[in-house]
Amino acid sequence: MLRFIAMRLVKAAIILIAIVTLNFFLIHAAPGDPAAVMAGEAGAADKIFLEQLRAQFGLEKPLLTQLGLYLVGVLQFDLGFSYRQQMPVADLIFDRLPATVLLTITAFIISLVLGTVAGVLASARVGKWSDTLISTFALLFYATPLYWAALMAVLVFSVQLNWLPGFGYETVGGGYKGFDRVLDIAKHLILPAGTLGLFFMAVYMRMTRASMLEVSTLDFVKTARAKGLKPGIIQRRHIFRNALLPVLTLAGLQAGQLVGGAILTETVFAWPGIGRLMFEALAQRDYNVLLGVFFVSAAMVLLFNLITDILYRVVDPRIRVS
Amino acid sequence: MTSKTEPVLRIENLQISLPEGADRPFAVDGVSYELNAGEILCIVGESGSGKSMSANAMMGLLPDMVRPTAGQIIYGGKDLLTLSEPELLDLRGRKIAMIFQEPMSALNPLMRIEDQIVEVFEAHGLLTIKERKLRALNLLIEVGIPDPEKALRAYPFQLSGGQRQRVMIAMALALEPDVLIADEPTTALDVTTQAQILDLIHDLRERHGMAVMFITHDFGVVAEIADRVAVMQFGKIVEHGNTDDVLDNPQHEYTRKLIAAIPKLHAEKQDDASRQTPVLEVTDLCKTYRSGGGFFGGPERVVKAVQMINLELAAGETLGIVGESGSGKSSVGRCLVRLMEPDSGSVFLAGEDMAKLKGEKLRAARKSIQMIFQDPFASLNPRTKVGRIIAEGPIAHGVPKSEAFSKAVELLELVGLDQSAIDRYPHEFSGGQRQRIGIARALALEPSVIIADEAVSALDVSIQAQVLDLLADLKQRLNLALVFITHDLRVAAQICDRIAVMQQGKIVEIGTAHDVFNAPTSAYTKSLIEAIPGREKELAAAS
Amino acid sequence: MADFWKRFKRNRGAVIGLAILLAVVLIAVFAPLLFPQSPWKMVQRPFLPPFAMDRFPLGTDTLGRNVIAGLAYGARVSLLVGLISTLVSLLIGIPIGALAGYFGGRVDDALMRFTEFFQTVPNFALAIVLVAIFEPSVQSIVGAIAIVSWPPVARLVRGEVLSLRSREYVEAAILSGQTSITIIWRQILPNTLSPIIVLASLMVATAILLESSLSFLGLGDPNLMSWGYMIGAARTVIRQAWWLSFFPGLAIVLTVLALNLIGEGLNDALNPRLSRKGK
Repeated sequence: MLRFIAMRLVKAAIILIAIVTLNFFLIHAAPGDPAAVMAGEAGAADKIFLEQLRAQFGLEKPLLTQLGLYLVGVLQFDLGFSYRQQMPVADLIFDRLPATVLLTITAFIISLVLGTVAGVLASARVGKWSDTLISTFALLFYATPLYWAALMAVLVFSVQLNWLPGFGYETVGGGYKGFDRVLDIAKHLILPAGTLGLFFMAVYMRMTRASMLEVSTLDFVKTARAKGLKPGIIQRRHIFRNALLPVLTLAGLQAGQLVGGAILTETVFAWPGIGRLMFEALAQRDYNVLLGVFFVSAAMVLLFNLITDILYRVVDPRIRVS
Repeated sequence: MTSKTEPVLRIENLQISLPEGADRPFAVDGVSYELNAGEILCIVGESGSGKSMSANAMMGLLPDMVRPTAGQIIYGGKDLLTLSEPELLDLRGRKIAMIFQEPMSALNPLMRIEDQIVEVFEAHGLLTIKERKLRALNLLIEVGIPDPEKALRAYPFQLSGGQRQRVMIAMALALEPDVLIADEPTTALDVTTQAQILDLIHDLRERHGMAVMFITHDFGVVAEIADRVAVMQFGKIVEHGNTDDVLDNPQHEYTRKLIAAIPKLHAEKQDDASRQTPVLEVTDLCKTYRSGGGFFGGPERVVKAVQMINLELAAGETLGIVGESGSGKSSVGRCLVRLMEPDSGSVFLAGEDMAKLKGEKLRAARKSIQMIFQDPFASLNPRTKVGRIIAEGPIAHGVPKSEAFSKAVELLELVGLDQSAIDRYPHEFSGGQRQRIGIARALALEPSVIIADEAVSALDVSIQAQVLDLLADLKQRLNLALVFITHDLRVAAQICDRIAVMQQGKIVEIGTAHDVFNAPTSAYTKSLIEAIPGREKELAAAS
Repeated sequence: MADFWKRFKRNRGAVIGLAILLAVVLIAVFAPLLFPQSPWKMVQRPFLPPFAMDRFPLGTDTLGRNVIAGLAYGARVSLLVGLISTLVSLLIGIPIGALAGYFGGRVDDALMRFTEFFQTVPNFALAIVLVAIFEPSVQSIVGAIAIVSWPPVARLVRGEVLSLRSREYVEAAILSGQTSITIIWRQILPNTLSPIIVLASLMVATAILLESSLSFLGLGDPNLMSWGYMIGAARTVIRQAWWLSFFPGLAIVLTVLALNLIGEGLNDALNPRLSRKGK
């Protein structure tokens, strides 16, 4: 297992370096002076700062040397400087990262648990009204733009019913401490995590349902029935575990979507994470922040991939043992 | 053997309907038979004959779309077809147990063997947890698994096909059922493993006094194991009786046809001197597979699939390459046609070393060596019309289209198909017809050598006989040199002039078919021949 | 073909989807006839609620623009971007997948690492970065969506080609002396067509969602009225004017739903293997 994790980390490092390289070339492909791009909105930075950047990243030197300098910078957690915010990008991001991690992980767990449960229920009642109901909802959520679902959730649960807060991370000036503060944050988390999870719930539900139905036609299920096992046990022990494998694979592949979805959710709910930071940077064309958030969100995806890979290995002995 | 006691299970006039749109209204129609304690009944038939259906009905495991519409299955004084689901649950595994064809897929890949056996006791609420584990171990010992303690902790993928089938049998035996249903349990196994499993079932039947219902398509297996036999065709039992009576003196026309189609284990003595000059010469051919390893991988796995193979083949001659799965017989064939790159050695064909050619030269040289494939459903492009399939080769080698197509028509007639076939798609043909199309395609380039890789293995026995006849006929008429790769020694005996026996990548014996079958020199060949089902009976009949 | 339609028709959802999509296409095509005035033009007082005036059944927005006209013109953008970006991603994904699957070995390794990289990268974030750096326009949006959407195509095609490549009829084609190009083109690709068509129909749906999300964040083409832009512009006034975000969102849901339903219908019709389970 350790060896496997180590291998995965090496691979992740290679991907991250590739992303930094991609970022570097994007800066150079962008219309205009790379120094100006690095500084922020074209023309907004003063001359001295631009010169400073030129010197730091050797913008007069050959492209490969520049790439080297850029990579070295990132390795030292230097994601550039946000001229707009007058702060290093890395600081800006690390300030906001915990909120995003909280949001995405909550949404991930909600969607995976509810999605598989709904999928199992639907597959057990295939063709009946409860299956039709679950499948229809999944189909609808699957077609709903995330940001619109978020807006509608605010409209209904926050504006109309006034059940839940639809804005921010905690009550501003609430002065909550300890457990009360946790509760307050949890309350703020429900709508963003719920809407972010909704789409993925639909994805996992559909996959689980299809996969359960497919596995239930396999030979070993017939063996289990021939043993005289009760249908419930066959469902849980034989079908579900096998059906979970493609769902986990999918969950790994969807991690990128999840992190991307957080950008939209955070924007609508003013959730102070890196997605919201990206939205703010967008309005100001603060490229360093954009690229920095892109880089960090890729790192988060890799983390989610690692988690799903480990889950997969826990479920499937064929990979674990050999 | 046949003591007149009350049968354990009796099926009366069973009728099972198929869903609308099937090729016939009933999967099983008016079928009656009895299972007696300590007796093996073989239900034999070709694919689609409905031979597995009554077994599934007994277990209450019919697919959703088919259901019994008439008749009774009487067990323990009750009609199984009228039992409620809880009553059936109690019966399954405890009174009636079942094993299946594919030991690969019949076990849950994610569960340890021990848990899968213990589950049987758990399902019926029997024994304590500790006792269950002990019983599981004893069962594995009884079915003869090597290192049973290790096997308990193994996952299915860590066991061989034969071992998995033994595990299945252990699970079926767990609760000492009255009836054991075995649905083609040895079809997916190698011939020597098959012989062992047949022995095991025979043995257990005697020891436990079970009634065994053995479903098979193979008359050799019937001869080997059955006390009584029922022959099925189109959902009906056409003949039913004691094994010896049915095999030696078949009454129904269909039974006679089936038995006649079985390749006889008898190779003609040939005059070795009449051989012509070789068209194909293989020297020191080697191929090793490597998997795993690499930058991140675990330990490298090395399989020596082909080791120093030497062969020669004359025009008009058929050379059989026989062996069990994993013996490397298919790898040899694939190396000869360069679907696989040999590591070393040479393959001389028409004066050129096929093993060393590259690019355009290889493409041109391929004309003279063609292949007939195993799976009639995978070997023809489903989106290409038959005429085009046959003409593609000549067209690729520069023959004008119209000429290639008119040749395709000739070839279709040669292999016994109507010329109207050229405008139809492969899915409109049966398995046997598709195999004929595959043969026509191989002939289209007028090759001097044809490799047939398990070319009749996927076919029912009566179709198989027709295709073998066709091949023998073509060989004669076109003076073809044929390399016939097969796992089936009966087929090899019928069609081959000479036979090479392979084991673990090496040729352990090579000689005329007559010599190999009648006076095998290697111990392995002997064990292979002894394992052929139905051989003893055939020998007894011949003498 | 008749057979195909018969199987497609059996899926009721797919027929409904087709009807919805047809309606959206008609609206998009005839938008300039239905609403001759530019959707950007102020035609009434701002914040006119829906169903208040017959001429403006869905009301007006913050600047007094006709919402229903915006929806009609937005349909053009959504369909156009969805279709073209899907075509572009097919053009990238199919060759990469086909080459990787057919040639295997190092070619496969290299191409698949490349694909994996693009699949790991959070694609919405990459699309944002691309559009922001290259300035929002139809071209940059289509390009960005295509760049983040092709990996599933490549993986699908590779998987199909890989399994078809070892199929006996492909081996027969190799032996008959056909060239690699002929084999890929005549033997392999035609047999991967069904799953590609199904995937493509779903990709159009995803592309429409992506485009609307970009526009929502203010990265739409500033010259074109789009559904995402309408919702984004109305976000801050949601408490006063719910209809400004509600109707464009509904349009997106219906269109994407229709495409997904069609995709499922195509799947049933093109892969009958799955629909006739149990013999």
